[in-house]
Amino acid sequence: MNLFLETLIGGLLAGTMYSLVAIGFVLIYKASGVFNFAQGSILLFAALTFVTLLEQGLPFAAALAVTILILILGAILIERTVLRPLANRSPMTLFMATLGLSYVVEGAAQGLMGAQVHALDLGIEDVPIFIGDVLISQFDLVAAATAVALALVLALLFNNTRIGISLRAVADDTRAALSIGINLNRIWQIVWAVAGIVGLVAGMLWGARQGIQFSLSLVVLKALPVLIIGGFTSIGGAIVGGLIVGAAENLAETYVGPYIGGGITPWFPYFLAIAFLYIRPAGLFGERTLERV
Amino acid sequence: MTTGDTTPHDAPSGGEPLLEVRGIEVIYDGAILAVADVSLTVAPGEIVALLGANGAGKSTTLKAISGLVVADRALVSRGEIRFRGEDITGIAPNLLAARGIVHVLEGRHVFGHLTVEENLRTGAFLRRLGRREIEHDLEEIYGYFPRLRTKRKTPAGLTSGGEQQMLAIGRALLTRPELVLLDEPSMGLAPIIVEEIFEIVTTLNRSKGTSFLVAEQNIAVSLRHAHRGYVVDSGRVALAASARELLDRGDLHEIYLGVANAVA
Ligand SMILES: Nc1ncnc2c1ncn2[C@@H]1O[C@H](COP(=O)(O)OP(=O)(O)OP(=O)(O)O)[C@@H](O)[C@H]1O
Ligand SMILES: [Mg+2]
Repeated sequence: MNLFLETLIGGLLAGTMYSLVAIGFVLIYKASGVFNFAQGSILLFAALTFVTLLEQGLPFAAALAVTILILILGAILIERTVLRPLANRSPMTLFMATLGLSYVVEGAAQGLMGAQVHALDLGIEDVPIFIGDVLISQFDLVAAATAVALALVLALLFNNTRIGISLRAVADDTRAALSIGINLNRIWQIVWAVAGIVGLVAGMLWGARQGIQFSLSLVVLKALPVLIIGGFTSIGGAIVGGLIVGAAENLAETYVGPYIGGGITPWFPYFLAIAFLYIRPAGLFGERTLERV
Repeated sequence: MTTGDTTPHDAPSGGEPLLEVRGIEVIYDGAILAVADVSLTVAPGEIVALLGANGAGKSTTLKAISGLVVADRALVSRGEIRFRGEDITGIAPNLLAARGIVHVLEGRHVFGHLTVEENLRTGAFLRRLGRREIEHDLEEIYGYFPRLRTKRKTPAGLTSGGEQQMLAIGRALLTRPELVLLDEPSMGLAPIIVEEIFEIVTTLNRSKGTSFLVAEQNIAVSLRHAHRGYVVDSGRVALAASARELLDRGDLHEIYLGVANAVA
């Protein structure tokens, strides 16, 4: 029983990381209907910028502030040079553009800051602690708490503020949003900046675990099944989807892994996602069109 | 809302037009000529009907004025559009909304997942109002459209066609427009609802002096509420006259359908 609980809780905690990565996708998908392939590169770029600034001797808070500033400027730049000229093109064109963008961002990150692995110490001790007689990683706990806090802030930001309602309006009907004066370009800039900041937090937490290196950008591959399960348009869905994937892959690794020689985690989320596709093509929380018949 | 009295107030006369469209040509995708030559004016405080058959170019003309042509990959390739005397051709739709032109799109286009009240609020974002001012403006709109008040918490996608049309108009009014471009408000609605909507348009026009350019296929209702009308056919203005004269002709259907058939 303890093993089950430990596996489940460990999986859920790791799952909050997947949620965080997926939220970045959801925001951009809602605002512009495009699957942003560059999200992983942006995450890598953000984490790499942050750790490089730290290594240059900047204090933690200053490095964080400068990184966020760079992400905001980057979002404005991407909006002006990629999104605005391609507005009103097909989603496939936009997807290809983000594919190209991912290589540009990755190249810039490695060109400017090098390709070696950077260690990142966030000052959170990775010691196991007991809750009752269940063993939990303290680092996972702190990381999960951070992810939950960030998700709550985003939920508040995107529910009842002007920006949040505007974003949902744009997601529903871009033309109508334009017709009443909503500035689509501004919305895109805000959303890309926020997605970048979410990526930064996720990158810092993952990076503190496994070092900040090129493979961080591959978290995109983890986010895809999360999005299929949770739906591309719901922040709540991204959170729940991340938790499901985290818990399921951990349980599968522990209980099924031994029978088939382990190594389940890379593909199990996809297996799960395909199963979900059969049952709920729009994802658990994906928005179906609301229409009266 | 008063029924019975549906005649518009006297057409404003003289002075500078609020909107002036001069000989515009509009092309989709660099190849499809949708509007060949349309000129029209709307005076301050005027209701103008833009009539024509399917595909005549009514919606395209409205999109050219509001700037929404860009969202459909179209371009005003000739002519110019002036608003309050200034050239506005090619200006982005959100900037034009700030200047006082709002477009109520054909097919209503409410934000389906937002509640009725959230939809209305989006109309006020442009003016960066305080909470109290927004509440005040919302109350005013609920005064014009009492049906919307009872549905304020309902997702707009779940309201009826008539309610959605009223919501789209109400949302547009919250931008405090000088000119409302209204595209086929009667589309798919029962005659009694159509009448109700046009009466509200007339009321708004009288009480606030808001100008309306209304694209319609429903000749009878729109001309009863308009001051003047234009008939477009195959992307050109075929006829322009006062609403009275157009109504008295009684052969409008033949004119625009007849010419269209001759061309086809
Ligand atoms: N998005 C578009 N892309 C390409 N061509 C278009 C587009 N929208 C309209 N057209 C073409 O432009 C012409 C004028 O269409 P428009 O929608 O302006 O007509 P309309 O008078 O509003 O007709 P309806 O009464 O059916 O709404 C038509 O031939 C139509 O096929
Ligand atoms: Mg039309």
